[in-house]
Amino acid sequence: MNRSIPPAIKDAVEFDISLKPYEKFTLDNGIPVYVVKSNEQDTLQLEMVFPAGTWYENQSMQAQATNFLMKTGTSKHTALEINESIEYYGAYLNRNTYHENATYTLHCLTKHTDVLLPVMQEVILDPVFPEEELNIYKQNQKQKLAVNLQKCDFVANRFIDQYLFGEFHPYGRVSSMMGYDALQREILEGFYKKHYTYNNCKIFVAGNLPDNMIELLNKYFGSSKWNGESKIQRLDLPIQPAEEKKFRIFNDENGVQGAVRIARPFPNRYHPDFPKMLVLNTIFGGYFGSRLMSNIREEKGYTYGIYSQLYNFRQVSALNIQTEAGRDVCEATIAEVYKEMEQLQNVPIPQEELDLVRNYMIGSILGDLDGAFQIIQRWKNLILNDLDENYFYNNINIIKTITAEELQHVAKQYMSPADFYELVVI
Amino acid sequence: MIHYNKFTLANGLRVIVHEDHTTPMAVLNVLYDVGARDENPEQTGFAHLFEHLMFGGSVNIPEYDEPLQMAGGENNAYTTSDLTNYYITLPAENIETAFWLESDRMLSLAFSEKSLDVQRKVVCEEFKEHYINKPYGDIWHKMRTLAYKTHPYRWMTIGKELSHIEDAKLEDVKAFFFKYYRPVNAILSVGGNVTTEQVKALAEKWFGDIPSGEKYNRNLPQEPEQSEPHVLEIKSNVPLDALYKCYHMQARSDKRYYAADLISDILGGGGASRLHQVLVKEKKLFSNIECYHFGSLDAGLLTIEGKLVKGVKMKDAEKAIQVELEKLKAEIIPERELQKVKNRVESLLAFEDMSLLNRANNLAFYELLGDAEMMNKEFSNYENVTAEDLHREAQVLFDDKNSNTIYYYAEN
Repeated sequence: MNRSIPPAIKDAVEFDISLKPYEKFTLDNGIPVYVVKSNEQDTLQLEMVFPAGTWYENQSMQAQATNFLMKTGTSKHTALEINESIEYYGAYLNRNTYHENATYTLHCLTKHTDVLLPVMQEVILDPVFPEEELNIYKQNQKQKLAVNLQKCDFVANRFIDQYLFGEFHPYGRVSSMMGYDALQREILEGFYKKHYTYNNCKIFVAGNLPDNMIELLNKYFGSSKWNGESKIQRLDLPIQPAEEKKFRIFNDENGVQGAVRIARPFPNRYHPDFPKMLVLNTIFGGYFGSRLMSNIREEKGYTYGIYSQLYNFRQVSALNIQTEAGRDVCEATIAEVYKEMEQLQNVPIPQEELDLVRNYMIGSILGDLDGAFQIIQRWKNLILNDLDENYFYNNINIIKTITAEELQHVAKQYMSPADFYELVVI
Repeated sequence: MIHYNKFTLANGLRVIVHEDHTTPMAVLNVLYDVGARDENPEQTGFAHLFEHLMFGGSVNIPEYDEPLQMAGGENNAYTTSDLTNYYITLPAENIETAFWLESDRMLSLAFSEKSLDVQRKVVCEEFKEHYINKPYGDIWHKMRTLAYKTHPYRWMTIGKELSHIEDAKLEDVKAFFFKYYRPVNAILSVGGNVTTEQVKALAEKWFGDIPSGEKYNRNLPQEPEQSEPHVLEIKSNVPLDALYKCYHMQARSDKRYYAADLISDILGGGGASRLHQVLVKEKKLFSNIECYHFGSLDAGLLTIEGKLVKGVKMKDAEKAIQVELEKLKAEIIPERELQKVKNRVESLLAFEDMSLLNRANNLAFYELLGDAEMMNKEFSNYENVTAEDLHREAQVLFDDKNSNTIYYYAEN
């Protein structure tokens, strides 16, 4: 046996990737329910999504505080009682706020679904935002912020988004002590009443469902026009990118590393260049074998890791390269990042590298679609962005067929060092 | 119930196969029975640095990552105080690529000076990123030194100090490899859309001719029972005062481990847990408080850590924790609360088992503990714990003599 010869492989382009379809139900009051079933495990995931993200705030921290505090008291139960009735069954009721949406997600064993849904119903339909809980929240969030503000990576993430989008744009707005201080019950209640309504709700369910799942959902979420009908209008807001391009900030004089960020705005997912950039970005800094990682970590040892990412924001995206590098090699790191950009602009990507990245990306999508929880996640991202499976298949097709020439063209258009913001926070 | 088959190759390599034909993927997991606890005290951080070197090319394959990515695969690895684990996920059709790559690096590494040179720097940056350049980042270095005087858990996996990593030599790397990275000290676990017959054939083909190596018989100095409380005060440039308390608990294979684990859940598992409810919500002494442990194979530490609300005195905060611990020592916990933490374990295990990678990984882990079958018995170990067991365990754990406390003060 000759160990230097690799075993034969099946090429990724030959893999037939299919996105398992969802089932769609409509509750009596019109709420859409998207379902991906699987009976292999005894677990269930139920996510309720509302257009209640930071996009819609009149004041900073309003969306996140509303989302968080809904779980801290209803007209019938205290925060402790709510937590206890969820945790007793080993279940999790998690909440999250994003730029566009806010969510409540239940994870539980299938056998406990019927006792947990009434608890979830109370949290979603009947929160009272106790003053006491708001005060605890404000105090603890401010303490957490104080700790985070000592971390160079946290500080760098805030600044780079401000440069890209402007500090008043929802994508650039950041938390602050003053923002927390200004929060009041009424502000949360008003936001809640407007955004957490039956006609703005979408439900995504995955896993092993009880036979009467739809009946249960109708009982708890489908039988009334809870919180009334509310029209949420979403208008794009102009971004206000910074005029200066280069920033150096000292956050901690004794810091031994600097957080480096190099970023530029990029068209959103609806633009034809977006899926092409997904491939180019992978080659550039999107996986462990990427050019940035190979050069700056594996060749020079300047950092534990360096990545570039493409934001998935709705209105406008951005390309952002990020790393924490040794204090004395931050500038050298930046120079190498630009060198790699110019290389992509000037020299077509070798066929072998392109084939490798195609295979890597397809293999990775295949792995990502493994299991109902993962599949519903894909569908959710499509549905919430008003897209369908054609978008998914089109992206796969681009991964499989894009040429080195096309990628070089994209690089020439979007990877000129002069177009990037550059930041080091030590 | 996780189904699996198990066999051992002539060279001593233990192989576990977990068939799951509902997925298009496969996982190949190699666990080596060596961790930071096996290091020379003068050369700490070595097991972890070595993990990095495993990606620097092997004797017949100059590049590890590229052929794997070409096969649509991804990989990673981690090192703990107890073990080192490497895993690959890839489309099942290409599983042989994983066998080829993992067997060649078990056969022998390339031992390149260049790779050692670069990875020394990379690990130093990792050290800085996680343990130096973060507020409270030095806490585990300090706590381990405080709590362990004898056992090698007294240093962190990343190493005691940067110089140990900077001074690593290629000859040390070679010696380490041929001592620990041998079939007889490893467990191979393969899961996903594969068959046992196929894995048998592939294991024989790729791993069968690797020299067995010598079985490593671990003989570590165990930590003697602590006879007095250990206390340390730190002043540092952080925004908030913090309090850390660690109590020696039982080893992973001890029956009493399960009681300690449930106690940590009663104190710190979730928003309705005792410490959070009383100290964050009711008394408002802490802005956050947690209770956890690392599940160490040798006797580990049950940890309570929290950040104090500005203006609260350290002594008051500590006293309030003591009150909660005394309650556990004085009163039998209510049946419903015991049932709650058992339900939480049941649910946690079910969610863990959803991922193919976790299943493959855990089978190897339980085989290391003694028998892969223990994975299927794990929940009953928890179910068997009684309220009296918890009561008894709390008395032993929360004896003041068994405590290690760090008062971490904000400067200014």
